[in-house]
Amino acid sequence: MDRYKTLFKQLNERKQGAFVPFVMIGDPDPDTSFEIICQLIDSGADALELGFPYSDPIADGPTIQKAAIRALKEGATPPQCFEILTKVRALYPDIPFGLLLYSNLVLAKGIETFYQRARDAGVDSILIADVPLREVAPFKQAADNTGIEQILIAPPNASDESLKEVAAASTGYTYVLGRAGVTGAETDANLDARALLNKLQQANSAPSLLGFGISRPEQVKQAIVEGAAGAISGSATVNIIENNLHDKQQMLNKLSDFVHAMKAATQKD
Amino acid sequence: MNKLESRFGEFGGMYVPELLVPALDQLEQAFIDAREDASFQQEFTGLLNDYAGRPTPLTLTKNLVSNPLVKLYLKREDLLHGGAHKTNQVLGQALLTKRMGKTEVIAETGAGQHGVATALACALLGLKARIYMGEKDVERQAPNVFRMRLMGAEVIPVSAGSGTLKDAVNEAMRDWSANYDKAHYLLGTAAGPHPFPTIVREFHRMMGEEIRQQVMDKEGRLPDALIACVGGGSNAIGMFADFIEQPEVKLIGVEPAGKGLHTHLHGATICKGSKGILHGSHTFIMQDQEGQIEESYSVSAGLDYPAVGPQHAHLAQTGRAEYVAVTDEEALHAFQLLARKEGIIPALESSHALAHALNMADEAEQETILVVNLSGRGDKDLAHVTKILGDEVNG
Repeated sequence: MDRYKTLFKQLNERKQGAFVPFVMIGDPDPDTSFEIICQLIDSGADALELGFPYSDPIADGPTIQKAAIRALKEGATPPQCFEILTKVRALYPDIPFGLLLYSNLVLAKGIETFYQRARDAGVDSILIADVPLREVAPFKQAADNTGIEQILIAPPNASDESLKEVAAASTGYTYVLGRAGVTGAETDANLDARALLNKLQQANSAPSLLGFGISRPEQVKQAIVEGAAGAISGSATVNIIENNLHDKQQMLNKLSDFVHAMKAATQKD
Repeated sequence: MNKLESRFGEFGGMYVPELLVPALDQLEQAFIDAREDASFQQEFTGLLNDYAGRPTPLTLTKNLVSNPLVKLYLKREDLLHGGAHKTNQVLGQALLTKRMGKTEVIAETGAGQHGVATALACALLGLKARIYMGEKDVERQAPNVFRMRLMGAEVIPVSAGSGTLKDAVNEAMRDWSANYDKAHYLLGTAAGPHPFPTIVREFHRMMGEEIRQQVMDKEGRLPDALIACVGGGSNAIGMFADFIEQPEVKLIGVEPAGKGLHTHLHGATICKGSKGILHGSHTFIMQDQEGQIEESYSVSAGLDYPAVGPQHAHLAQTGRAEYVAVTDEEALHAFQLLARKEGIIPALESSHALAHALNMADEAEQETILVVNLSGRGDKDLAHVTKILGDEVNG
């Protein structure tokens, strides 16, 4: 199940960082969503972060909210999302993929049941946007029981003590926030993440992926120079979907170009 | 870790993005410090008494109840400055904002009462307020929007989602995630993540304390039951808090049954909802089978919320408080009755509590003292009620 470990090892050997795009499963509809996910992988994504559409996404800015609304309007449900994931996993046995979603979707059928379903669909990790370290115990327990990695977030305002706890608890990778606020490409990641990344490294954290406000290759490059193991780009990826809803082929081509460009920036000198 | 208890039995907690945890910890610490700081308490009490008009009266209804065994009292929060109980806790949190060295306040509002209370407190204390309001509510509650703006608050219509209170809360939390350094999120009810349910209850608990004193003075004994409406549940928890340890006083929360509990058009989260997490708290919520949040409905915007404060969830589960639901129609009837019989126009929210109290009064077979929290006045509802009842009233 150690797809993340294998990935980071391979990337190290190739002197590369990871590029991890995020999309909402079911956006804009189930069939297109499946094609989008396959396109991202074929274009060179190292891993994927995938959202489950939720009615009240408090950690997300307008771009990802709209993606959730598009998917929900097409009737997206967690069982349908798991179906799509299962199809993707059958085609791509090695790429790590993680879920990024909200607690109430996990709770609805019982935490353990949700994690089991996720494991059965080939999911490697789960990050719950509204479950901080302090509330993570029952989720972490389910993760351990099912062999799923529980991802935690290291925010820029965390105390050193909290960072140590995040480093100790997060397995697979650690999601490092590039800035405060909600998801969105409108506001660039604006912090020098070096100090944060250093502290995590000293605390023996799982590899750090930097997210929030990452939309251009030079930001990916910078994240890796500063010490991140890679970068996650959500809203910029979803913007391409939103801007090309009328022309699927063009959407897939542009996603491909975007992933190629972002991935190219992960090569270390 | 949390310094105060963050749960009420299995309910409550702090389900927020990691980014907001330090801001909530800072708020918890400020609240703990303020509680022990005599000068804070003095300033808060001074504002409550000399600015907002506490204590509010306890009025014995003269004509409303026909059963001679029953005395029905109204706790007159409608007479508080701002027109509702909301002003109590807003003054408390506004003082905490200053204590934390923050200069801006973010708030959400549904009917506009919390927004108005926030606007007035910020005007008074020199804070910059921005208030998120669903775009549907901005239309429905135009006079309150004007009040807020008149007092210098920025009102930001929210079109995302359903364009109502829950979406305004989402937007306020998003704003806070980006601006917690200089802005306090002044949450308007006893819901949301820890420490809000505790802080809001403590800044409203004088309602119950005053009731205890006032009923003892008038009757020489405690009341038999306290009745309050419950949306998020702030006026109810403030009324109940001082009596929770005394089981001889019944505590009754009245939820909005809207068009009826057999329909989907209601906001009765305890009576009909199920356990889940919304806006940072594990509590009863309205949701579908997969955990998507459902829209609530009520004729009264202040009760139109698909979650409820976690302490109410706990009081319901332990049986210490009883939760019932009252329809739009019953609330509108009580609204008119209080106007006609007592010359008091209540808020539609409070009319729900009153409607249930009137049913209890009819059924009483022994001497009974009831207290209803008349949590707000009905001025804000007049345009809405005119549309529903205009012809009937005008004749």
